[in-house]
Amino acid sequence: MSLLEIKNLNISYKTRKETIVASSNVNFTLERGEILGIVGESGSGKSTIANAIINLIDPPGQITDGTIKIDNQELQNNEEIIQKIRGKKIGFVFQDPQTSLNPLFKIKDQLIETIQTHLSLSYEEALNKSINLLQEVGIENATKRIEDYPHQFSGGMRQRVVIALAISCEPDLIIADEPTTALDVSIQYQILELLKELTKKRNLGVIIITHDMGVIAETTNKVIVMRHGLIVEQGNTKDLLTQPKSTEARSLVISVPPTNKKIERFKLIGPDGSEITSSSANLTKNIIKTWGVRQNTNQKLLELKKITKIFDDQSFTYGKKIDDKAVKAVNNVSFQLFEGETLGLVGESGSGKSTIAKIITGLVRPSFGELEYNGLSLYNFKRKYQIDKSRGQIQMIFQDPYSSLNPRFKVKDIIAEPIKFFQKSITRNDLEKNVHDLIDIVGMTRKSLDRYPHEFSGGQRQRISIARALATRPRLLICDEPTSALDVSIQAQILNLLKDIQDELHLTMLFISHDLPVIRQMCNRIIVLKNGAICETNETEKLFNEPDHQYTKQLINLMPKIESLI
Amino acid sequence: MIKKTFNKIYDTDIGFSFFNSKIAIISSSIFFIIFLCSFFAGIVAPYNPFDPASVSLMDAFTPPVWSEGGSASFFLGTDQQGRDMFSTMIYGSRISLIVGFASILFAMILGVFLGVTAGYIGGRYEIIVMRVTDIQLTIPTILMALLVDGIARAVISRSMHDEMAIYVLIFAIGISEWPQFARVTRASTLVEKNKEYVSASRIIGLSNIIIMFKHILPNILRPILVIATIGLALAIITESTLSFLGVGVPPTTPSLGTLIRFGNNFLFSGEWWITFFPAIFLVVLALSINLLGDWMRDALNPKLKKR
Repeated sequence: MSLLEIKNLNISYKTRKETIVASSNVNFTLERGEILGIVGESGSGKSTIANAIINLIDPPGQITDGTIKIDNQELQNNEEIIQKIRGKKIGFVFQDPQTSLNPLFKIKDQLIETIQTHLSLSYEEALNKSINLLQEVGIENATKRIEDYPHQFSGGMRQRVVIALAISCEPDLIIADEPTTALDVSIQYQILELLKELTKKRNLGVIIITHDMGVIAETTNKVIVMRHGLIVEQGNTKDLLTQPKSTEARSLVISVPPTNKKIERFKLIGPDGSEITSSSANLTKNIIKTWGVRQNTNQKLLELKKITKIFDDQSFTYGKKIDDKAVKAVNNVSFQLFEGETLGLVGESGSGKSTIAKIITGLVRPSFGELEYNGLSLYNFKRKYQIDKSRGQIQMIFQDPYSSLNPRFKVKDIIAEPIKFFQKSITRNDLEKNVHDLIDIVGMTRKSLDRYPHEFSGGQRQRISIARALATRPRLLICDEPTSALDVSIQAQILNLLKDIQDELHLTMLFISHDLPVIRQMCNRIIVLKNGAICETNETEKLFNEPDHQYTKQLINLMPKIESLI
Repeated sequence: MIKKTFNKIYDTDIGFSFFNSKIAIISSSIFFIIFLCSFFAGIVAPYNPFDPASVSLMDAFTPPVWSEGGSASFFLGTDQQGRDMFSTMIYGSRISLIVGFASILFAMILGVFLGVTAGYIGGRYEIIVMRVTDIQLTIPTILMALLVDGIARAVISRSMHDEMAIYVLIFAIGISEWPQFARVTRASTLVEKNKEYVSASRIIGLSNIIIMFKHILPNILRPILVIATIGLALAIITESTLSFLGVGVPPTTPSLGTLIRFGNNFLFSGEWWITFFPAIFLVVLALSINLLGDWMRDALNPKLKKR
């Protein structure tokens, strides 16, 4: 008898205009001691299934058909039984540890409350059990830390507490919905190890929902690949990753950036299963004509000299000294960027990557230090940004494609605005031609010019964003996590596009990411940052093959590798 | 053609919400009927109460048509000067609406400008603007309007005063309503300015004016619209209150508030209709606008949308 058995599950969301099928005809089983991974692109119905198991589907969603059984006990539409089982037999780990604990209660109270709801234990017994649980998930000094509030724990620690909560009532099944997406690489590794260990020790069934193929490869025994609410393929993790049969699974596996080598371009698989080898190379001709031919002279384009940023540095403005305890978001960072190269900035959250990008683009003022572009200082003696010194030659592509385009502007106005700004006397025809060239080069149809951003998907919006950045004829393109909000196959497309554009237009790029495999594919040189300071700067291949710094070694060892199985 | 446009409107979320809310339909119809009546007052009203030739003191204190002694030519009766109540109310609501719309427009322009600039520029400028709004909010609207009116009376000569009264009123109400706009606009601007499309515009090098008014402003219009609607009802009531207190529009061109004030003197001597009908009219007008604003607030806020 299986621990969890799902048969013919159909879930749909009825809206005013249409009925969206979130999952149709889903069948799978899970045994004790097994870790099942569910992967798929966003909107494929992964989370819907998890929510269906604990009966937490938001209206207007509805389970229209099918059965969900735990130990042969039917759960579907049985609120009374599900109340008892939720928390007791099924533990749930949410994506964001920042919001899944109640900030007003001590850890102690949250654990004891859960335990006493489901198990008949006295307060003392429940407290002892809670301390044991915290020790089990690897929180040191548990007797003392149990008195703390959630905000006193770091993100990784908090996720451990959430896991402790999930296993507190001796459940048989744990559902983890993107448990490590909000965490840094090194912490992700620890959390995944913890889940694996608990599965073995307590003989649990675990479902991990993720979009990260590396996580799948390193933790799961079985995988389900979903698309549009359908299971397109399921099977043993190793078989599925090495010999994917369905187009969707192949596309997922092939678009993952390899961690062990550098490839020229990502392979892409079209909907019909054939490989796509498109390139925007021939589309850039018109752009080059208007821009004039550029050559890479390998000259120094940008230089940061001892840049330091202390947030909340107003006291500095009024002539007071800064005390040494102030947190430095960027600490004494100096590096040079040469024309035509791609420099990678890599580091965990809070390492100051984005702040450096913002300082270069003038969105944030540095507290100390100098910034030179093409030999000209970008900040004057009052630390005011001199945007006319760079004349739009520094452009940026942002992380979140949903907020980086003005929702009230049509696509053509978004792209035309910077052109009009720099060429005030441009004729209508030239402007239209320019906009057409730009939309062609990023691989979108000209029809899309008359639409609004909300009509496009994340990947398409990122393409529009790139077109807007190119509109000012930049020489330096700063990409701040340009693909971290996108699905893997879309990520591969966007990265290919960026590579092509760079080759054709001789752009210099500063590529910021927390994702080491992506950085490896994109960059010539890499800077590793930790807590605002530079740890190591090196050529890409050298850095990956023989890292110097202890921290770099750790990062490289801990990143989840899809190749670990192949 | 009309059906096609209707279907298109019905298809949008806001249109759907409108046509499925009885309150929205009823209150907006009432408001538009009143609005059209007062706009075309010359055609709708049976008499022109401001034309001395059409007014006869002999007709004074005629009760409504259904009461004893009522006259068929004065449906809702007449006031103490023999003016037809129905016509006076239509003409009065015209003044009320003009003052309401103009003052809210004034308050909106001032408040939105200060709010957007304070939110976007920040720093000392923001502190000063927001403290001024805080101070202003501690002064009750009526008191503020009375203050402005009092100052205006002292400054403007007596002969000019009747002509200028309506502008003074618009200014007085507008100046007491703008802090609401400034606060809401600033809060929305703070949210909007941290979005990446604003950063992108800054990196391109667009000027602050363009970013504030071309990029940010269109994205924060929704809450401003809601406040403006509810503020309109408030402005009309404030105007009536001021006129009731005798500091509003002059008695020669009475607004709803002035009419209520006149009628108030005769309330206990049996001539109830002189104050009753304008008062009901004012309540219906303000209520319909308020309900419309209420509906708009719910419909424009995705968080409050019913599932």
